[in-house]
Amino acid sequence: MSGREMTRRQFGRSVAGLVVTFSLAPDLIDAAGDGLPGNLDAAPQLAGWLRIEVDGRVTVFTGKVELGQGILTALAQIAAEELDLPLRDIRIISGRTGVTPDEGYTTGSRSLEDGGTALRYACAEARAVLLDEAAARLDVPVAQLRTGNGTIFTVDGRKLTYAEIAAGDPANQSPTRALNRPATGRVAPKPAATRTIVGTSAPRLDIPNKMTGGPAFVQDLRLPGMVFGRVVRPPGPGAGLENVDIDRVRALPGVLAVVRDGDFLGVVAEREEQAIKARDVLAGVAGWSASAPLPEAGRIYEWLRTRPADRAVVAEKSDPAAAPVVKRLEATFTKPYLAHASLGPSCAVAEMRTGRLHVRSHTQGVYPLRNSLAEVLRLDPEAVVVEHVEGAGCYGHNGADDAALDAALLARALPGRPVKVQWMRDDECAWEPFGSAMVMQLSAGLGADGAIVDWRHEVWSNAHSSRPGRSGRVNLLAAWHLAEPAPPYLARSGGEDRNAVPLYEIPNLTVVRHLVREMPLRTSALRTLGAYANVFALESFMDELALAAGADPVDFRLRHLRDPRGRAVIETAATESGWRPGLKSDGTRGRGFGFARYKNLACYVACVAEVEVDRSTGRVRVRRVVAVAEAGQTVNPNGLAMQIEGGIVQAASWTLKEAVAFDRSRVTSRDWASYPILAFPDVPKVEVHLLNRPEEKFLGSGEASSGPAAAAIANAVGHALGRRCRDLPLLPERLRQAAG
Amino acid sequence: MIALEVNGGRHDLEVDPETPLLYVLRNDLGLNGAKFGCGLGECGACTVLVDGEPVLSCVTPAGLVAGRRIVTLEGLGTAEKPHPLQLAFIEEQAAQCGYCAGGMIMRSKALLDQTPAPGEQEIREALAGNLCRCGTHGAILRAVSRAAAVGRAVAEGRMAGVAAGEVKP
Repeated sequence: MSGREMTRRQFGRSVAGLVVTFSLAPDLIDAAGDGLPGNLDAAPQLAGWLRIEVDGRVTVFTGKVELGQGILTALAQIAAEELDLPLRDIRIISGRTGVTPDEGYTTGSRSLEDGGTALRYACAEARAVLLDEAAARLDVPVAQLRTGNGTIFTVDGRKLTYAEIAAGDPANQSPTRALNRPATGRVAPKPAATRTIVGTSAPRLDIPNKMTGGPAFVQDLRLPGMVFGRVVRPPGPGAGLENVDIDRVRALPGVLAVVRDGDFLGVVAEREEQAIKARDVLAGVAGWSASAPLPEAGRIYEWLRTRPADRAVVAEKSDPAAAPVVKRLEATFTKPYLAHASLGPSCAVAEMRTGRLHVRSHTQGVYPLRNSLAEVLRLDPEAVVVEHVEGAGCYGHNGADDAALDAALLARALPGRPVKVQWMRDDECAWEPFGSAMVMQLSAGLGADGAIVDWRHEVWSNAHSSRPGRSGRVNLLAAWHLAEPAPPYLARSGGEDRNAVPLYEIPNLTVVRHLVREMPLRTSALRTLGAYANVFALESFMDELALAAGADPVDFRLRHLRDPRGRAVIETAATESGWRPGLKSDGTRGRGFGFARYKNLACYVACVAEVEVDRSTGRVRVRRVVAVAEAGQTVNPNGLAMQIEGGIVQAASWTLKEAVAFDRSRVTSRDWASYPILAFPDVPKVEVHLLNRPEEKFLGSGEASSGPAAAAIANAVGHALGRRCRDLPLLPERLRQAAG
Repeated sequence: MIALEVNGGRHDLEVDPETPLLYVLRNDLGLNGAKFGCGLGECGACTVLVDGEPVLSCVTPAGLVAGRRIVTLEGLGTAEKPHPLQLAFIEEQAAQCGYCAGGMIMRSKALLDQTPAPGEQEIREALAGNLCRCGTHGAILRAVSRAAAVGRAVAEGRMAGVAAGEVKP
């Protein structure tokens, strides 16, 4: 921690110079085109974003939700900053239909860019409104007022608190309606130099409660009269329920209801362990038809490359003046299906009462989930309330929404009683949507001077986004299985080419994506969508090209990169990691570099990984990862560093260990033993250095380090062995083979 | 009927002795610290102490630990008066989602009770069975080291005791 703090201060100094040199966009250019800044149009009135309470504290409403990324603390910092309030006086209400703005999903590392920007402008405008009101009441010009600590002061020593303004004007005895006015986005937020809360490592608001056993998660909810539900899924995708002895399950101790709707099966019991036992019995007495055959796991990449696919050229440019190619390289990279594998299985609590449904869920989008639930259950969306309550760490479209529908279907059988459904580990492992398997085929030509002349990247993948409500479709797991099903939605596009286009300057470039529509295993958004695999491939290939050109990997990247912010990140990573050009491996130890700007428009990250490979066993130990991140204006340095570090450790796990296993009929990785992840003994030491650019806008960071970390590790392993493994994960048997 | 001693209090409960301890703690006693992660004893999120030893409550029948001293995360301290380990986790901000934290803290408590000055490798080995999916391992390692340092300072009289909420052994 102290090392990180020190580093950050150093960078604060060094970055000041960089900002002067490179700052291209002035502050306050947050609006997309002519629209309102960020998501400000999600609530038309200022009152939709905040409310001043009679005690002077401020309640802030956000459509963005806490996924374990610390977003609510960062948003509170932004609000406190603009309102000149202490952080403790901000209360946040997040993700509740009918109450918070509809900001869609909390996805794509866009919460600060969109939600944070909106909140910043709303709070800046609210403060201006309060100042106007105070000026009128105190009969002084606004210019002679200042704010601090929730109070407005005049130069002659008079003051008025926000609470007094909120209580209304005593002259006309009415509470103020000051914030009932359109949010215009026309009041400039504070300039960077005057910020005192944004840019500091404010402690997370939720941590003390979580460390001491306070109720913090939807799993911790206990409502009066609450009962427990569990579901029984088919043995594999496409299997249909042929017969089930429901009476036998009804007779079990504590069982209150057994629900069968088409191929959907669930049970509700008084006690949780009774529901779990009943689930086991129910699974045992259900007879299923055969599953739809799955592709052969060992030939999944061949399968992806040969199925009908939507082909699109996502980037293409050519320069007739480009130098001739003197050397050509080609390589194919693969990445398996990956699981989110949240530590806490998906959970929801649903209650049906007088035709109205109330669902508490760790969904990433309360409004889209509400609309999908209403559609499946044939309810008016206005009769459905979805309230976000935290779940275990969320890294994309996991089982949260599906568990919400499960709970709603079971709650329908027991009106008036809240039903809590928590998935069992095998439900989560086998039925959450996975990150798609992918194939990346790259080809590039070098000129006589060793520079890249042309580049081709083709990617084959299933869809990376099939969230509920996308394109107006339901896409909830249980809805596939109902007697009147809403069938699986085959997404048209979404993320398979994310970060496939290099940020590097290359004269001739073609990037092609093949979206395979047939989806044997359900896939959707997992942290970075396709970017993890594309960056792994692209940055691995950069190392291969550097080697072919006889260049140092860092120099080679810099030679092809004009973007000054990207260059600063790469150069800083080289310095901080002690990168030595031309360093030879001793055959077991290696170091590797990886770089990307997430989505080519969000946070920049460069990683340097140091590994040790045991040539006889093929086992890799990632000793250390040094990362440099630049996310524009940093709101909470510690929070940002945690997101970068967390992404690196998770990517190390994906890269070294993880692959969803399946046979011809079902997913076979169904617990932590069959889906192992990186654990304490093997977790690398991670050093994160931040470049802060306080004059720049926020850049989403939550997904920024995954790709660069994977590439850095793969390049380090390649450096150590002198041979490269292009197939993820980098399992010992593969590396033993590569080591020869 | 079984009698459980949890966080220093006795509870007579009408539950099947085969019921995994986890559900009794969470649903009968309203405790949140131990979490359901897998129900298979594979992830450590449900870790509690029984007679000072770390136990996976999701695979431990409640009847088996009747009459023994059970301590959960709640038995260490409160948000107002946290145990040194809890305080260290708070100060190191050792959580992203925090779902695994209760199990991490309990396992670390067992470690520090046995080994007051563990090296980083020892902490890593002790926590090998506790999974974290957010990648918070670095902060957790720092938190446990910090708590150990504070504990040693208190033991050696270099620092006032801060273990206000701690359950007496």
